[in-house]
Amino acid sequence: MLSVRNLTKRFGTKKVVDGVTMKIQKKKITSFIGPNGAGKSTVLSMISRLILADEGIIHIDDKELSSCKSNDLAKKISILKQSNHINVRLTVRELVSFGRFPYSQGRLTKEDWEYVDEAIHYMELEEMQEKYLDELSGGQRQRAYIAMVIAQNTEYILLDEPLNNLDMKHSVQIMKVLRRLVDELGKTVVIVIHDINFASCYSDYIVALKDGKVVKEGPTDEIIKPSVLKDIYDMDINIEYIDNNKICVFYA
Amino acid sequence: MRNWTKIGILFIAAAILIAVFLFTDVRGSWDYVLSKRTEKIAAMVLTGAAIAFSTIVFQTITNNKILTPSIIGLDSLYMLIQTVLVFAFGSMNSLMNKNVNFFISIALMGVFVGILYKIIFKREGNNLYFLLLIGIIFGTFFQSISSFMQVLIDPNEFMRVQDKMFASFNNINGDLLLISFILIILVTLYFLQFTKYLDVLSLGKEQAINLGVDYDRIVKRLLIVVAILISISTALVGPITFLGLLVVNVTYQLFNTYKHTILLFGSILVSIISLVGGQLIVERVFTFSTTLSVIVNFIGGVYFIFLLLKQRKA
Amino acid sequence: MKKRYLVILLILLSCISLFIGVSGISPLDIFKMNEEEATIFFSARVPRLVSIIIAGVAMSISGLIMQQLSHNKFVSPTTAGTEDSARFGILIAMMFIPAASPMVKMGLAFVFALLGTFIFMKILDKVKLKDAVFIPLVGLMFGNIITSMTTFFAYKNDLIQNMTAWLQGNFSMTVKGQYELIYISIPLVLVSYLFANKFTVAGMGEEFAVNLGLKYKQVVNLGLSLVAMMSAVVILTAGLIPFLGLIIPNIVSIYNGDHLQKNLSHTALLGAVFILVCDIFGRLVIYPYEIPIGLTVGVIGSGIFIYLLLRRKAYA
Repeated sequence: MLSVRNLTKRFGTKKVVDGVTMKIQKKKITSFIGPNGAGKSTVLSMISRLILADEGIIHIDDKELSSCKSNDLAKKISILKQSNHINVRLTVRELVSFGRFPYSQGRLTKEDWEYVDEAIHYMELEEMQEKYLDELSGGQRQRAYIAMVIAQNTEYILLDEPLNNLDMKHSVQIMKVLRRLVDELGKTVVIVIHDINFASCYSDYIVALKDGKVVKEGPTDEIIKPSVLKDIYDMDINIEYIDNNKICVFYA
Repeated sequence: MRNWTKIGILFIAAAILIAVFLFTDVRGSWDYVLSKRTEKIAAMVLTGAAIAFSTIVFQTITNNKILTPSIIGLDSLYMLIQTVLVFAFGSMNSLMNKNVNFFISIALMGVFVGILYKIIFKREGNNLYFLLLIGIIFGTFFQSISSFMQVLIDPNEFMRVQDKMFASFNNINGDLLLISFILIILVTLYFLQFTKYLDVLSLGKEQAINLGVDYDRIVKRLLIVVAILISISTALVGPITFLGLLVVNVTYQLFNTYKHTILLFGSILVSIISLVGGQLIVERVFTFSTTLSVIVNFIGGVYFIFLLLKQRKA
Repeated sequence: MKKRYLVILLILLSCISLFIGVSGISPLDIFKMNEEEATIFFSARVPRLVSIIIAGVAMSISGLIMQQLSHNKFVSPTTAGTEDSARFGILIAMMFIPAASPMVKMGLAFVFALLGTFIFMKILDKVKLKDAVFIPLVGLMFGNIITSMTTFFAYKNDLIQNMTAWLQGNFSMTVKGQYELIYISIPLVLVSYLFANKFTVAGMGEEFAVNLGLKYKQVVNLGLSLVAMMSAVVILTAGLIPFLGLIIPNIVSIYNGDHLQKNLSHTALLGAVFILVCDIFGRLVIYPYEIPIGLTVGVIGSGIFIYLLLRRKAYA
């Protein structure tokens, strides 16, 4: 289990994350939602040790985060951030193979390559695995990165706005893959997501952040309610039921 | 053509050039000429390798193909040291003695780099570009002071200073060569434990951390390795700012890969070929009327601007 | 820093500047100067003061224009290769037309400075990473390259020490009959004032500017030409004074925000005051010898720049 207590981060004098305490349950998709600047990405970055917390403690599977070696952590928890532009020319296959670095430090065994192949297969990238990343569209590149994270084979997968810049078809595809990762492979997925309808249709648990604090958390059903959403977003949002899913309508 | 084949070809080319340098056009006693030339070759191989090597590592760490390690101010500091020594003690003084000069230069450059790192790495979110910018400003700072002193130096004495402005392989001290060699070998051995991280580092800071690299610790140590290598090269032969840039970018063009084993070997070979080939031209074709480093800086500089302009828009 | 204070400071410092020098002329003598003192006063002291002020104003305004045009706080004639290009131009002049008049030499320096600045702006366009700190890095590297080319040619013609001496920022040689060239900066500064707002809009980006009906290319070219011209003039008459165009606008923006209209006069005034302070300092510290302005500003300028950077990073 992933638990966080009193997490705080300041940029200058401003508290971007203010005393956040919560537990991430295993084998579920948890979505972080909230208005811009709520601190969602920052919390994710701290949990994955990309940035240091100013205050607070993070526990992963009962061990304190700061006492873990980075390499061990890389086998337990992986993170994919939004901006992924790199300077080097890599093929899809080469990129995905980097996901095995925590295990083999660059020298891949047969077993490693099996993981790589499987990840590529999962993301339906077989046909373009020998293509260079800069030859792909934004959506395809994003899928390649997610494949890399899958190859990393961690229990906890953190994704920061994975659907940014993706068209509808690929957005749905990725959310479906995340669902499979949890249902078929027993992984725990935490995503920061802006599109509240994707959060509604695919997540099990939702944590809502506002001004650096957790304002509401609970199973999806309990959060996707007009009253709750109004507290979070300061907007009137109607909920419609379509095909067993709660869809939020706020466009007009 | 496969990359290792290219490496093979480069190796042969380097060997041929070295042979030509050593054995052709010998006037005078073979013993003398050969021993002098061997020293030069040794110096060229050593500094060429050190510069190429450290530039590649530096560019990987900074995720940027435009930068070169000497811009953190080491070249300017070196010139300042030389200027101050001549200014304060005159060119005939024992302090200008090569050995002492060598060690003073390295020591001071080392101290400077240490201070630089202290200032920058103390703050969180160590932005590498920030470190570089501060380094460049220090460079300008040292330059201002140097210019000032240079103007005041007696023109004859100034010749001494001017000599130091440009890297030269003409008067290498055998002892220093040996010491440099040992130091560089030691540093390289220390560096070997970090080679496996280079490929991952080229993915960027966040990906590297994600994949389990202890980023701060490793980058700090790599930067120290780079700084030491550059300091030794500069103290041994003088400032040769754009050699690294030129050589490394040619390497990237030749070998279209991210794999550092290839890049490191390739760049070292390209560097040796450039230096030996260049020196051959300077000595045999131009008969010493210009120095190698001036040519390298000039060509390197022009090539570099060309590269910058050629880049595709983001 | 209210404008009033700056103006008062300027007047005060100007007076002090007029009366520092090896041959002691005290303020009380001003009405009964003998011929020798008068000569010194009007041929050396006053021209010196005028040059200093104009140089300070011109370089600061140049920096401000460049920062507006590239929308980046760290661009300036020092960090964009402009000064280095001008120096290259002057070297070419020294090599090929050593007997030409200063006007011609300045013309050549201007052409090279303009060329260099244009190339830099083109490079800026193509550079992928728009990190604010990266841009001046590229500029400084670019400047380094130009300088190494300059050194290459200087070395071939044995002109290095000569050139370094010539180009060093130094006001001690300012004398009536030789410094008038710097007056050219005044109309340039006035034009800058007139076009200030247009530069700001251009700095927001080509699309933004065109959308607002601005003749983008013309405005940018004009701005760059003004900068190149002012840099060339100052370098030719006073020598290289690094960092001035960088730190003055930044200091003003810290105290005054970024509103251009307000900042213009502040920048000019602070520029003049700052350079005067450095000059007076340089003249007093090892009296009766003096430290050339290039050195004082270079040292103090680097220090302030580093401080500004460190301060900024606190908010990163």
